[in-house]
Amino acid sequence: MKPLSVVVRTICDIFMWFMAVYGAYIIIHGHITPGGGFQGGAVVATLIAFMLVSHGGEKMVSFVRTGMYSAAETTGLLLFICAGFFGIATTFFYNFLAKQGGLFGSTVPLGANSGVLNSSGTIALMNMGVGLEVIGGLSLIIYFMFRGIRLHVETGSEETGHDR
Amino acid sequence: MTGNIPFLVVGVVFFLGLYAVLFERNMIKMAIGITLVEASANLLLIVLGYRFDGSIPVFTLAGEVKQMVLPTPQALTLTAIVIGLATSALLLSLIMMLYRHYGTLDVREIRRLRG
Amino acid sequence: MKKKVLFMIAILVVAGTLWGALERVHPFGEPARAPMDDYYLQNAQEERAVNNIVTAIVFDYRGFDTLGEAAVLFTAVCSVLALFRKGGGHQ
Repeated sequence: MKPLSVVVRTICDIFMWFMAVYGAYIIIHGHITPGGGFQGGAVVATLIAFMLVSHGGEKMVSFVRTGMYSAAETTGLLLFICAGFFGIATTFFYNFLAKQGGLFGSTVPLGANSGVLNSSGTIALMNMGVGLEVIGGLSLIIYFMFRGIRLHVETGSEETGHDR
Repeated sequence: MTGNIPFLVVGVVFFLGLYAVLFERNMIKMAIGITLVEASANLLLIVLGYRFDGSIPVFTLAGEVKQMVLPTPQALTLTAIVIGLATSALLLSLIMMLYRHYGTLDVREIRRLRG
Repeated sequence: MKKKVLFMIAILVVAGTLWGALERVHPFGEPARAPMDDYYLQNAQEERAVNNIVTAIVFDYRGFDTLGEAAVLFTAVCSVLALFRKGGGHQ
């Protein structure tokens, strides 16, 4: 894909990092405001699509290193499963950190209030795990589906399939 | 009938998606039809759990309202949206491989060539 | 031509069934009694110390469904990556 004009490329260079910060805000504050892991991960993954549309295909392929995103995806899923196994004394997925006073353990005043960031137990850990997984997964899908088109253009002189 | 309009909109969107799957020749338009059917199912889940004068089921944004909307269908819809995304990604990838193999996007041509 | 008429009849039957069913669901805005959701709305903030009840349901009360969904997303990403590998596979 060809890059677009100078105005679009400049705005993409500035706005890409705002999208990353906004997506991270939605992921981290998942237990206070509406949002959470899946929604914030989708917001961060659209910065790869933004870069593909404005800078062109070659710049995007040289920007994304697949090892980093693959590591992020597997780390997120492993964090999610381990957060379930730590409370195995009672059940699987037991919330063993809520109201204990430790890492994420404050209590919340009843009724309407402005939120407490330190509050819920394993819910916040699971939010970040799922957020990492969705970021890695959706970015890899966009990268590989775009590279699949380029492979078709590069290898064949004809556009037909292999059976003709 | 005018009271239940959100439910009837679900039926209309489902009917449009089903029409696109059955009557179109281009494979990408059939994929769009499948996405429309999934969207109508998600809309039905959310519309089922609405209460009049209910607020959002989040305590930081609710204010002083007494009632809240039912939160369980919203949780189920989150899962359904992500599963629909996984289905669409794999469907479009398979369509790309089909185009590379047969050279055409027309569903009736692919049925004729026994490659 | 005959196939098109058959498809049109099938679509009309499905549309008629949907219309009849969707009119007889409970009137919009007054759901039937939901004791489980009332329990969630009254007790989730005190038991789990969380402000967002939808997130508490997704990750704590029904965490198994989220585990299945994360597995489905991971499988879809692996399948797309396996389809678009260079070299080999076109035997």
